[in-house]
Amino acid sequence: MAENVLLRHEDVPDIHKLDVYLAHDGYAAARQALTTLKPEEVTAQVKESNLRGRGGAGFPAGVKWGFLPKDSDKPVYLCCNADESEPGTFKDRAIIEKNTHILLEGILITCYAINAHTAYIYIRGEFAYGAKCLEQALAEAYGQGLFGKDIFGSGFDLEVYVHRGAGAYICGEETGLIESLEGKRAYPRIKPPFPAVYGLFGCPTIVNNVETLACVPSIIKNGPDWFRSIGPESGPGPKIYGVSGHVEKPGMFELPMGMPLREVIYDYAGGIKDGKQLKAVMPAGSSFPVLTPDEIDVHMDFDSMRAIGAFLGTAGIIVMDEDTCMVRALEIVDRFYHHESCGQCSPCREGTGWLHKLLVRLEEGNGKAEDIDLIDRICTNMMGNTVCVLADAAAMPTQSYLTKFRDEFVAHVTEGGCPLKKAAVQPEAA
Amino acid sequence: MPTLEIDGQEVTVEDGLNVIQAAEQVGIEVPHYCYHPGLSISGNCRMCLVEIENMPKLQIGCNTRVSDGMVVKTTSERAKHAQAAVLEFLLINHPIDCPICDQAGECKLQDYYMLYGAYKSEMQLEAKVHKGKVVDLGPEVVLDEERCILCARCTRFCDEITQTGELGIFERGDHSRISLFPGKKLDNPYSGNVVDVCPVGALTSKDFRFKSRVWYLEKTPSTCTRCATGCNIDIYHRRGEIFRFRPRQNPDVNTYWMCDEGRHWYKSFQQDSRIPTPLVRDESSFTVVSWEEAGKRVAHAVRSAQDGHGADAVAAIIGAKATNEEAFLLSRLLREQIGSTHTAGLSWSPADAFHDDFLIHADKNPNTQGLKSLGLLNGGGEAETILAAAEQGQVKVLFILGADLVTAFDQERIDSALGETTVIVLDTDYNSTTEYADIVLPIAAAVETDGTCTNQAGRVQRLSQAFPPPGEAKAGWEALALLSTGLDGPDSVSISDVFGELTHSVPAFAGLTYGKIGLQGTPLTGAGPETDS
Repeated sequence: MAENVLLRHEDVPDIHKLDVYLAHDGYAAARQALTTLKPEEVTAQVKESNLRGRGGAGFPAGVKWGFLPKDSDKPVYLCCNADESEPGTFKDRAIIEKNTHILLEGILITCYAINAHTAYIYIRGEFAYGAKCLEQALAEAYGQGLFGKDIFGSGFDLEVYVHRGAGAYICGEETGLIESLEGKRAYPRIKPPFPAVYGLFGCPTIVNNVETLACVPSIIKNGPDWFRSIGPESGPGPKIYGVSGHVEKPGMFELPMGMPLREVIYDYAGGIKDGKQLKAVMPAGSSFPVLTPDEIDVHMDFDSMRAIGAFLGTAGIIVMDEDTCMVRALEIVDRFYHHESCGQCSPCREGTGWLHKLLVRLEEGNGKAEDIDLIDRICTNMMGNTVCVLADAAAMPTQSYLTKFRDEFVAHVTEGGCPLKKAAVQPEAA
Repeated sequence: MPTLEIDGQEVTVEDGLNVIQAAEQVGIEVPHYCYHPGLSISGNCRMCLVEIENMPKLQIGCNTRVSDGMVVKTTSERAKHAQAAVLEFLLINHPIDCPICDQAGECKLQDYYMLYGAYKSEMQLEAKVHKGKVVDLGPEVVLDEERCILCARCTRFCDEITQTGELGIFERGDHSRISLFPGKKLDNPYSGNVVDVCPVGALTSKDFRFKSRVWYLEKTPSTCTRCATGCNIDIYHRRGEIFRFRPRQNPDVNTYWMCDEGRHWYKSFQQDSRIPTPLVRDESSFTVVSWEEAGKRVAHAVRSAQDGHGADAVAAIIGAKATNEEAFLLSRLLREQIGSTHTAGLSWSPADAFHDDFLIHADKNPNTQGLKSLGLLNGGGEAETILAAAEQGQVKVLFILGADLVTAFDQERIDSALGETTVIVLDTDYNSTTEYADIVLPIAAAVETDGTCTNQAGRVQRLSQAFPPPGEAKAGWEALALLSTGLDGPDSVSISDVFGELTHSVPAFAGLTYGKIGLQGTPLTGAGPETDS
């Protein structure tokens, strides 16, 4: 890819400023959509582009928009999901802070397509700076008539509000987000009904991720064919890969969908730090199965990942080197889900805490041999049985750790604690 | 009308039912905690997971509308596995303190563990999450946070039914707990219902807790007599003592609820003021007599008054707490046997009685409508008329059935009206009016007798005898049958017998039978002469 779309600030300094953005064709796609296309034509182009949701689930965005009822007399809302809280994930934050207007333009075009006159950007509470960036960019854009009444003389009105969350991972679940936006506790809703039918304030609502919406202007500008030419047909487009952990050059890389994971880690992120060996990768944030070094030739797109029993998720790649204790790593992962389970559904509320307790016990050397199978059984009982997928998000990585690194778990039992820790301590003692 | 299959049974049900409701119609219980038919669907407990053909995941029965051709399996291996798993999750942090828990015996955790769980526990005791114990929520309710399964029935009750919103869920994950919002107390007039909806021992009743194990209690379906609404209730009692009232479901009256005032009404039936034996006044004090003797005295008084001053010298005032049967028998005695025109009803409530637009009625009498149907509260049948006649010395014998005239009228008035009158009181308790009595006949309270009351909406509902009245007291209808035969009138051998006679003489009740009223009551079908608007 010649030029960055999502991380365009790397090519064009100060692109977050409106004058710079406008000087680089900014809001041209929005103008084109609002003045020359019908809303359904915009939706059709997005459908044709095969843009799939970047929040992690990979649901086709255009299809989602198509679920809105045609005959409703209620207002339609767009919620931009900027509650980026997935461990190892920091892609949306970059767009929000550094390429702010492409997100706003995406929101404008999307609202036009779905006939929404109100959009909410639900931003993670901790992103205070990001919220300020959005407020500033919005103020600038309102000043130029890019939001508000009769945008581009098209007769289309749009108001955009920035709403800061109050600090819970579950607010990123789309119906949890809606509840939170309504001022309630962010308990995900039982589905059906889905938000497209019964969403914010009981009205038809589309919830899209930041990166998804940021892709929309380029689809309108360059056409669906261009978009589909980037990466695999089944889920194309530009994609931000965020790499963290034991690599030489952690960071974000905008590359086509479907990059081999090995290439991202070794060619872009500079390989494993200090010349060590790779032990494990969580390629999709923390909510999906872990991969072993012999699995990293997989292509990072929705379908290729699924084919090996993994997921693309947020493409937040967490790299772990040979010195990593996998029991401790999993204990940290499950500590997160225990802390973040909203507590609504019994299996998740009780299961996440139970998992974490068992892992602490194992890590501390107090585990029993049967704990390993118990952890596995708890995961099985949690999965697929709850309102939202937080239970699955805890159970899936857990089971994969147990399966792929079982020896380490067994060693924690037989050796009464972490063998790696002991190995690290012994030379000093000697 | 979708037709579907549940566990191999074909069933056709009305539209809009969920899987739990449809299964119930063929006698299959889908286990559940958070689902309650009177509350919104929450879907949080996950206990009602069932397998539905052509759906990859298990579905929660509460949020799954049945549709034509659906094939539901509530006992498949997958469903059973999920149900046991959910129970295990619910119990890992539960204190399992059944021996000291007031809910034991009516706890859905206990019941379902036996039915759907019965696994070996793998949770270490010391690893449990600890939370608040004996949390005071308000005048009626105590919370044990550790026993709570967070089904949110109580919060939904306060949000949706009373709309008072005192309760919320605070914290996250396995630290979640039910609590009061800052500055709130759970003190709405219906707060006791949260104890009933709580499927576990988290919310217990301050009034009932630790008084009795529930399995020692008998349960008798009846009707609350605290006000004219007539909420359907179960009386929980043992050896002639009532421990609690709980609402009994009736979609046409109280749905699933009752007020706290009604809940505490049971106490009014077991006070020290109960009259144990018939009494007659000799000189200034009461003497205990047999029913036979008391009956003779009544007959004598009535005959003397009749002979000396005419039939209208005998009068009766019937309180609106009397059952239809009691009111009917006494009014028949007066009107038909004695021939008196002086028979009146009295429906008195305090002017400032609390009421609302939900279940609490301003009329604190259970049977005002019934008296109206019997022509006792209108068209001259007013207690006022009789008092006026008594003041003029025209009333020589006055029957007072279940009415405290001193409270309803002022004392001076009663002094002047009853001074020279032979007063025959039929009532449950001593009160200011029994002070004026010459003959006292103790009758059964509402919880000790069979009979019917007509609620404010014109619905006839049954009272059931939970246990016999104390001492020598008799059911009101039995006492009145005895007085009737003493005056050479007809006898009645059973409550359905009395009700049958009532339906023949009172048009509003035409076509009904005692059996037909059933446990859910029935609206009056016949057009009564004086049914109230």
